[in-house]
Amino acid sequence: MTVLPRERLIYTISQLLDGVRNVAVGASSPIPAAGAMLLRALSEKRGTQRVRISILGSVEHNFFTNGSVELFDAAGQGRIDAFFLGGGQIDGQANINLVGTGTYPQTKVRWPGSFGSAYLYYVVPRVILFREEHTPRVFVEKVDFISAPGTSDEGVYRTGGPHALLTSLGKFSFDKQKKRFRLETVHPGHTLDEIKAATGFSFDHDAVPKPTPDPDAETLALLRGRVLTELAETYPDFARGLTAEIAALNQPVAANA
Amino acid sequence: MITSVEKLAGLVTSGAKIALPVDYAGVSMAMTRPLIARGLRDLHLVCVPTGGIQPDMFIGAGMVKTIETSAMTLGEAGGAPCFGRAVQQGSVKLMDATCPAVHAGFLASQKGAPFAVMRGLIGTDLLANRPDWKIIDNPFSEDKDPIVAIPAIRPDFAIFHAPLADRFGNVWIGRRRELGAMAYASATTLVTVERVVDDNLLSDEKMAAGVLPALYIEAVAEAKFGAKPYGLWGEYAPDTAEIMRYAGEARTPEGFAAYLAASDRKLETVA
Repeated sequence: MTVLPRERLIYTISQLLDGVRNVAVGASSPIPAAGAMLLRALSEKRGTQRVRISILGSVEHNFFTNGSVELFDAAGQGRIDAFFLGGGQIDGQANINLVGTGTYPQTKVRWPGSFGSAYLYYVVPRVILFREEHTPRVFVEKVDFISAPGTSDEGVYRTGGPHALLTSLGKFSFDKQKKRFRLETVHPGHTLDEIKAATGFSFDHDAVPKPTPDPDAETLALLRGRVLTELAETYPDFARGLTAEIAALNQPVAANA
Repeated sequence: MITSVEKLAGLVTSGAKIALPVDYAGVSMAMTRPLIARGLRDLHLVCVPTGGIQPDMFIGAGMVKTIETSAMTLGEAGGAPCFGRAVQQGSVKLMDATCPAVHAGFLASQKGAPFAVMRGLIGTDLLANRPDWKIIDNPFSEDKDPIVAIPAIRPDFAIFHAPLADRFGNVWIGRRRELGAMAYASATTLVTVERVVDDNLLSDEKMAAGVLPALYIEAVAEAKFGAKPYGLWGEYAPDTAEIMRYAGEARTPEGFAAYLAASDRKLETVA
C-alpha cells in the first residue's frame, strides 16, 4: 500500500513517542499532534498504557485550568514526558534558534522568539526536534542565536533534552556524550547523499542507512480513520488537505481495478 | 469603577510599563485605538508571555521604547510586521524572554518577593542578553547547583478583556489564571468586558472560583466584542481573515498608517 510522506512522519512520531504517558504539543503543530493521537489510538487498541495529550491553544484537547503557566509547572515537576520543538536554525550540537539570523538584537531576519524552549528543552525528557524543511539554511554548522542549547555543562540541572530529529528526509538520534546527531533511517525516495548535501553539519551514519519503515495496514487504517477524524477538530485545514491527498492516492488504483 | 473605554485609556501615561495578555487569553483590543489616540510615548510593554496584534500596533504607532516578550507572532498570519521592522531598524529595545521566565517575574511580584528562581536558561543567548537575570547558587544544595534568578516584574498597568464583570467591579476570568497573575503583579489593572451584570459574581459559589475580586481592579468598561479580531474563550472565535488583513496591510509603514486611518473607531475621541 502507498504511504504518503506526511503519513510516514506521523507514524514515525508515534514510534518516537512509544511509552510516554503525557505528551504536550504546541499550537499549530498538526503532524506532531497526529503522531501523538496515533500513539493514543494504538495504545487503546492494544490495551497498553494510557496516553494523555494536551494541545496548547486547543479547548478540546487541553485539560489545564491554571492558565498558560501550568504546562511549565507540570514540565518542571517531570509530569510531561515528551514535547516538540522546531527551529529557524538547528545545528549539529542540537542547539536551536527561534530568534533570528545575523547579529542580535538587530537580526537580519527576525522570527517570533524563543517561546518556552529555554525551559522545556531542559526539563522534558524526550524532546523531539521536528522540522519538515531539510535544507542547509535550517541545518547549520552553528546557530546564530541559542534559544535553547542541545546539551549543558556538568552541574547544570537538566533532566531533559533532544531525543530525536525528524525531517522530511530522515530520522536522526542524538548522542548527548558525543554531542552529535546520528542518521538512523532515510525516508523512502531519498538518499544519504541527498541528506548530506542538505545538512550544514556532519553527522554519524551507517555506510548504508536503513529506510524509514512504513506503518502496517492496521496502523495505517487507524491513522486514516480515527486519527484523521480527531485531527479535524483541532486542525481542520490540515485534516482536509491530508484527506484530499489520500483520496488522490486511491484514484488511480480505482481506475485500474 | 464602571466607566467608558475612553476613560480607561485616559488613565494610562507615557513611560508606563504595561502588561498585555497572550492572544488567546483575552486581549482588550477595544483599548488599542483609544490608547493610540492618546499619543503615548516611551511605553515598556510586557507580553504575558507572548504578543500579537496589539503590541504590534503600539510599536507601529511609535509608542514603544522597550518590549519584553517570549515571542511576537500573528499565528497563522505569520510574523508581527511592525515589530519586525522595529527590530531591523533597532528602534525598539528588545528584552527577549522565555515564557516561564515571564511567569516567574509575575509570580515574584504577586508575592511581594524580590525575585523568583527557575531552571533552564543557563547556556542560552537569552540569558547572555538579559543582564537583569542573574545566575545564583542554590543555597540549599551541597553540590554546585547554579540556578537563574528572575527579578519581580511590577507593571504600572495590566490591561485585558474578559467576558463578565459585576457592577461592583469583580471580573470573571474563568480558568485564564494568567489574567489574575497580571492583576496581582501590577499597580493598576484596567479591564474591558463583554457585559456588566447587576448581581455580585462572588455570591455564586460556582462562579466565585473564577472571579478576580475588585480589590485588584482599578476600573472596568463595557466593550462588546472587545477582543476582536481575536477570539474570547467561551464567547466567540478569532476572525482569522481580519488578522490576515492586518498582517498584509501592516507590511509597510504606509499600509499600517492606512489601516489605522481606515478604522471605524474614532482616533480623536480623547484629546
